[in-house]
Amino acid sequence: MTDSTVVGSLSTPHRGLPSHTAAIPSLPVSASPVYLDAATAAPMHPVARQALLAALDDGWADPGKLYTQARRARQLLDAAREATALTLGVRADEVSFTPSGTTAAHGAVLGGLAGRRRVGSTLVHSAIEHSAVLHAAERHVAGGGTATAVPVDRSGRLDLTAWSTAVRAPGVALAALITASHEVGTVQPVAEAASACADVGVPLYVDAAQSVGRVPLPAGWSVLTASAHKWGGPPGVGVLAVRKGTRWESPWPADERESGRTPGVVNLPAVVAAAASLRAAAADAAAEASRLEPLVDRIRARVAAEVPDVEVVGDPVLRLPHLVTFSCLYVDGEALLHALDRRGFAVSSGSSCTSSTLRPSHVLEAMGVLSHGNVRVSLHRETTEADVERFLTELPGIVAGLRAEAGVVGL
Amino acid sequence: MPDEVIDCRGQRCPLPVIAAARRMPEVPVGTVVRVLADDPAAAVDIPAWCRMRGHEYLGSVNGPEGPAYDVRRTH
Ligand SMILES: Cc1ncc(COP(=O)(O)O)c(C=O)c1O
Repeated sequence: MTDSTVVGSLSTPHRGLPSHTAAIPSLPVSASPVYLDAATAAPMHPVARQALLAALDDGWADPGKLYTQARRARQLLDAAREATALTLGVRADEVSFTPSGTTAAHGAVLGGLAGRRRVGSTLVHSAIEHSAVLHAAERHVAGGGTATAVPVDRSGRLDLTAWSTAVRAPGVALAALITASHEVGTVQPVAEAASACADVGVPLYVDAAQSVGRVPLPAGWSVLTASAHKWGGPPGVGVLAVRKGTRWESPWPADERESGRTPGVVNLPAVVAAAASLRAAAADAAAEASRLEPLVDRIRARVAAEVPDVEVVGDPVLRLPHLVTFSCLYVDGEALLHALDRRGFAVSSGSSCTSSTLRPSHVLEAMGVLSHGNVRVSLHRETTEADVERFLTELPGIVAGLRAEAGVVGL
Repeated sequence: MPDEVIDCRGQRCPLPVIAAARRMPEVPVGTVVRVLADDPAAAVDIPAWCRMRGHEYLGSVNGPEGPAYDVRRTH
């Protein structure tokens, strides 16, 4: 979205308003914005907005101090923690709020490794973890540790046999598994992976960023992280939950806040909004899942049928209800995103050409599926059937146009 | 050994795949075409393209000319 949308109005920015479009002459008037990138950031839930505004008035003081305003802030923080713990099915003192899902993941990995450094220095993780987890793993390896990546199959599902072998090796301090792929939506066999870990006493960390507030959480984990802007909370709030009895040690310089698990003052208004919207999202999750699942089914079927030479990736059944990914042969991913954006569609891509690293998406690479021309569509509570229909109606022509431009028709 | 070599070094995805796709119908069935490509995405996309098109992917070699991918036209 453009800066003018953000500063221009308090209305929901992803929907836009005529006044916004008028301010941006290059945007075709006919293309009303359709935001389909909830897996990056879901539009803010109305409950989050209300709670945020209320907490700006009421929750600006430092909750650690001993005066009236601080006590009020403390109450808000405690209530947010209790609500979040309730939704996650853990105790309130097991939950800490972090400055993002990324810092939560860094803390989960490095803290889980630090807490068990006497046992060993190996991290086992799936090949399809989020870059936050992989970058923490790189840091660990740079410091002399070891990391073992466990492969997935063509649908993006963990190889459980390889996982069980990997966690059974001597010196494994921690295992990390994403609950469901942020790139292709495939749900991972967390319960089975957890029991393989439990057999050998290895704690399991799950990155649940794409699951929390949308689908029921698996059991058997010791550490969990999540990210509020994935469920309709504000950006810049992460959750780190460490179960009692887990040997986890903060990897950061000492700080007493948030049970010593993450340094610095919390962004309390955002935390309050995150907790309120999590409760709301979780209450609606089952209904939302059954509304969005058929829309994702429709996208899977129609894209495969109506766009030639396309590979719809990810498990067709064991998947998140709101996310679908496909790759278009011979099409440049960045060109496709721009063409979709010109028609008002906001989507994401794992294509190498759209990332600054110029590496193919490690997730698509691990699955062995086409990595160029890749599009990830992710739906949210404001997505309508009409939005999906318009996307499906326009996509075949947009792809055909790009192929014609590149001279690759009939190859 | 390959029967012929296409040099796609310096080209970004999906250009190496497109080059292979353009060449394939012009060579006899059974021909092994080697694609030189230094875009790391080629390592994923050339095998995936072979699978989608039903050509045989013979594997990659990393020689003095950089990464190379061998494909046999099968139909
Ligand atoms: C699976 C997963 N883990 C972690 C993150 C990082 O969260 P955040 O954007 O809050 O830093 C994301 C979001 O990109 C994600 O999808």
